[in-house]
Amino acid sequence: MAYGEGTTEKAIAGASTPSAISRRSFLFKVGAALNVIAGALFAVPVIGYVFSSFRQRDPYQSWIALGAVENFPQNQTRLATYRNPFTRPWDGATANIPCWVRRKAGDTFQVFAINCTHLGCPVRWFEESHLFMCPCHGGAFYEDGSHASGPPPRGLYEYQYKIENGQLWVRGGRLPTLSEPL
Amino acid sequence: MIRKVAVWIDDRLYVSKLFASTAGHHVPVSSGSWFYVFGSGTLLCFILQIVTGTCLAFVYVPSANEAYTSLEYLTYQQSLGWYLRAVHNWGSNFMVAIMAVHMAQVFLFGAFKYPREMTWISGVVLLFCTLGMAFTGQVLRFDQDAYWGLGIGASMMGRVPGIGANIVHLMLAGPIIAGETLSRFFTLHVFIIPGLIIALVSLHLRLVLTKGINEYPMPGKIVNKETYAGEYEALLQKEGVPFYPKAISKDLIFSGLVMLGILGCAAYFGPKGPTGVPDPTHIDTVPRPDFFFLWAFSVLALLPDYMETFLILTAPIIIIGVLFALPFISGTGEKSARRRPAAVLTVIVVFLAFGTLIYLGTYSPWSPIMNAWSANPTPVQYVKGRSPLELQGALVLQNKQCRNCHSLDGSGGQRGPALDGVGNRLTGDQLVRQVIQGGGNMPAYGKNLKPAEVEAVVAFMKTLRPGNEPLARDSSRPGQPTP
Repeated sequence: MAYGEGTTEKAIAGASTPSAISRRSFLFKVGAALNVIAGALFAVPVIGYVFSSFRQRDPYQSWIALGAVENFPQNQTRLATYRNPFTRPWDGATANIPCWVRRKAGDTFQVFAINCTHLGCPVRWFEESHLFMCPCHGGAFYEDGSHASGPPPRGLYEYQYKIENGQLWVRGGRLPTLSEPL
Repeated sequence: MIRKVAVWIDDRLYVSKLFASTAGHHVPVSSGSWFYVFGSGTLLCFILQIVTGTCLAFVYVPSANEAYTSLEYLTYQQSLGWYLRAVHNWGSNFMVAIMAVHMAQVFLFGAFKYPREMTWISGVVLLFCTLGMAFTGQVLRFDQDAYWGLGIGASMMGRVPGIGANIVHLMLAGPIIAGETLSRFFTLHVFIIPGLIIALVSLHLRLVLTKGINEYPMPGKIVNKETYAGEYEALLQKEGVPFYPKAISKDLIFSGLVMLGILGCAAYFGPKGPTGVPDPTHIDTVPRPDFFFLWAFSVLALLPDYMETFLILTAPIIIIGVLFALPFISGTGEKSARRRPAAVLTVIVVFLAFGTLIYLGTYSPWSPIMNAWSANPTPVQYVKGRSPLELQGALVLQNKQCRNCHSLDGSGGQRGPALDGVGNRLTGDQLVRQVIQGGGNMPAYGKNLKPAEVEAVVAFMKTLRPGNEPLARDSSRPGQPTP
């Protein structure tokens, strides 16, 4: 007798006895249930790992020193750079973040994020026309960061700042977007 | 003896049977057509991408600190590294282009209709996977375009209401574009999306085998769910030929030409970039996406701002929904493009729209040209014989960066209108108002120009009448001399 025929007959014979059916289906159910439980135990940490930002997210905000106040001349807008406080050793130059510092008068400052509020491209300051212009889609902003023309939906993102021990500090640490400005 | 070994191997591995049931499957003789070569062409590109991509991964370092250096090493030091990078880049360009043609062809030939709905849908998912490969691949070429391209992606995600910030964080794998962002996109580009593509291509090809390749459509031949299967079977009985060796020739010729095209372009044009260290403090950059996304770049610049966020969020869903629904909306009826004018028109409009947007994206007239004010001199004919005040105005126009957005004699930005004939278009009063108050997409210069500067620049602009046309006249004050 060939192997295949034997198993078929045995299966048919087994299927005709009710106790065998319940035993088979019981084993199948146990097997399936075990795999569902193990699968869930596997999926929970994987999903938790990948989507950790949805569970809990650091605000990624901290005070950063931009240098001595005297480095920023009155009535001028200067580019300043800082090392992002939340960084990994393998980040390289990507963690060097630029920003625009405008010293209005005395200790009154405005510090703008480099990112255009339209789609995040780096805005450039033009001293002569007192405008920030964006090289991507043509947004322009006035000296005080307010929207001048083009597609940006709002003025430039502005950092909180403080002056301590003659240093200018800003509060930052994450890429500003419309849903989470600085 | 060798024959015996070969027969044994074939018997145990099912090689010739597998070959006969796949490459040798029967197809209608009419489908051995020049129109049916684009699917295999796309597949060939994908195979080239796997080979070149694997080779590049031997050397490339997916670390934000090292990626750029390793790309330069690949391009300038590694033997033939520049060529494999070029083949990978050109392979991606060809793959996207041929895939677009393949999609247009199956749409025009009604190949998405009953019973091939899932072939179409798997193809749509493959299209988005391929675009995903294109975007993530652009990120792996970790230069300034990659860095700011990620910024654009994050800014778009940041517009999602409610969970925008979470999505941005998920995309960037951190608070800023940095090391973990690159690792994430490397994983997508090298593991996740290629795995999906391989699985989907298997499904796509298996469906071509089980549901049969679309027969060359004949006008008047209607697809009917009750009778189609029988008719297709009868067609195969009557004029079916094995795909290999009877219907494969044109695919082979096209694939060969595509491969030569990719190799030729790679050898002639070389690799793309990397352009500039991905250091965000180097802000003298003009980020541009690769050509597959130039249309999106143009759309984002040209959309009216009130509908921008709405369309960024809904358009992808609508497009995917329409593409998925297509075989269910129009699953039966005429297949031939000769009887489907709306389908033909759709293809023409879509290709024209994408073509125009990509073309506009290549020179982006909406972007100010950042160095036009210092790089483009005032044309000589506009300063000859002018008064000192007018010359002073020419200086103001130059120094205040007006040229970044306005061209003179064809050089300068195109964001605003060319100023060549402005003296004939606007009166002195209108010019003053426009300069001081801005409007119509122009910033107001009222705070940044002294009254004398405004007077000078307006005096200069009034002389900009190339054919000595008369000054613009104020129609509310007829007979008055122009102010």
